Amino acid sequence: MSEMWTAQLRKKWQKNLPIEKLLPDNQPAYVASWIYVFGVLTLSALAIIIASGIVLAFEGPAWYHYSSVGKFVNSTHFWSVQLFFVFMVIHLWGKFWMAAWRGNRMATWMTGAVAFVASIATAFTGYLVQTNFDSQWISFEAKDGFNSVGVGAWFTVTNLGQMLLLHVAFLPLILGVITVVHVLMVRKRGVVPPIDADATNTEVRS
Amino acid sequence: MSKAEKEIFDAAPWHGKTKQYDFIKEGVIAVVVVALIVTFFSFLMGSPDDKPLTFKGWAVSNSDNFYATTVQELAGTSGTATYGAPYNKNGQGLNIGPLWLQRWAGVTRPIDTVNDFVIAPLSTQVMSTDIANAVSTWNAAPVSQQKTWATSYDDAITKAEGKISAVATGAYGPVPALAQGLTDMAKAGALDAALLSQGGFFQTDNTKQILFFGDGSYLDDAGTAANLQGGTWGMMNETGRYPGQAWLWLYSFWYQIPPFTNENSKPIGANADAYIMAIMGVMSLGLILIPIFPGIKTLPMRIPIHRGIWSEYYKSQGIKRSKRR
Repeated sequence: MSEMWTAQLRKKWQKNLPIEKLLPDNQPAYVASWIYVFGVLTLSALAIIIASGIVLAFEGPAWYHYSSVGKFVNSTHFWSVQLFFVFMVIHLWGKFWMAAWRGNRMATWMTGAVAFVASIATAFTGYLVQTNFDSQWISFEAKDGFNSVGVGAWFTVTNLGQMLLLHVAFLPLILGVITVVHVLMVRKRGVVPPIDADATNTEVRS
Repeated sequence: MSKAEKEIFDAAPWHGKTKQYDFIKEGVIAVVVVALIVTFFSFLMGSPDDKPLTFKGWAVSNSDNFYATTVQELAGTSGTATYGAPYNKNGQGLNIGPLWLQRWAGVTRPIDTVNDFVIAPLSTQVMSTDIANAVSTWNAAPVSQQKTWATSYDDAITKAEGKISAVATGAYGPVPALAQGLTDMAKAGALDAALLSQGGFFQTDNTKQILFFGDGSYLDDAGTAANLQGGTWGMMNETGRYPGQAWLWLYSFWYQIPPFTNENSKPIGANADAYIMAIMGVMSLGLILIPIFPGIKTLPMRIPIHRGIWSEYYKSQGIKRSKRR
């Protein structure tokens, strides 16, 4: 009799990503550069984006126009997005110069790059739902680009309702899932060894 | 080590020196630090919030332009009326060589500028006798007659350089009354909601408002004043002194260089939007697929920035830069 799917999944998970790998308390000694901080800084900014976004979603898109509290929450959302991109771009460049796709880590790089593209789409829809002059301007200008390649037939940047739903539901869900998969891949594969490292220089010297 | 052996080594669990690393502590500190920076900028700078433009503002501040734009909507000569897909079939759309993606995608958001922008909004309000008669006359006339009236008037306005009071008299039928009626409606602040609702109750689609705005000079002038035009890196700019979508710099970049800056250069300049979207699509795919491009995936090995990143490790192991890249 074949094994239950649930049991198969549990065994596969335990084999590939045991709790010691998922939440380790030590790392290779070469993990000793400020560049490693930018991954967790990106996640931290994302956490603040989500938290402030949830508050804004509860109060509605017009709240920040007339409420000082709303204005402050909107500002935290705005600035955490700015920081998110700064951190993510540094993280991305860092991983590029580390050739972090080495050692069977190609999918980790790819999910990170997809997360970057998805983040741009999510932020873009955010600018469209500000319900201010900027969103009027961006939607008018951006429609031509999307229309020119046929995407505008379904992705209507001038449709506030559609953009709002994409921004607060669909795109964050996509981005969230990609981010979780990306982080799990990092934990499963571990941090890529230095370029030029090999078995002759990995002896334990703690 | 051969390339294959190196790949196996890089993929294997690390058996060398390790050190304690507290992920949870690092994460908590990171969240606190980022929250403090965000709070600092939020208090100090706030966030951009320039009030949206309104049709009332347009009609009051530049009545002639609003009026002339209304006539263009009736004559079918406005940007929206001649746009093509996805709004109508009056323009062929942009293309990338043999790919007419815009046209092929079809008309999915139909807009009839005559009825959607002028006649329907006018009909949502209690009209004066003059306007009611003008609407009745327009609706009763054959399309060819409507076109003749509106086009003649549109031409006359163009000849008068947009100055409505200087337009020569002519056989314009009910068009002047319709344009004046819509201008008065906009000045009263009634057009914004009428364009959105189109006689309905729930509405969340601002497409008609945005497109009508774009047909005149009001939105364009405001964009220029705010330094948001595409030719001046507008896609990544924000109103006021706030950072915009800086991550769109590469997308904006293409709009700053020939042939994309020349609308008359065929085939690329005239179809700049389509070509730039295609370029960015390919580049985004390229970013995702970097690990499989031979010349690019080995670049980090050839340019020794990694020597700085792992300097402590290289120093401790006495590893000099490899020459076998």
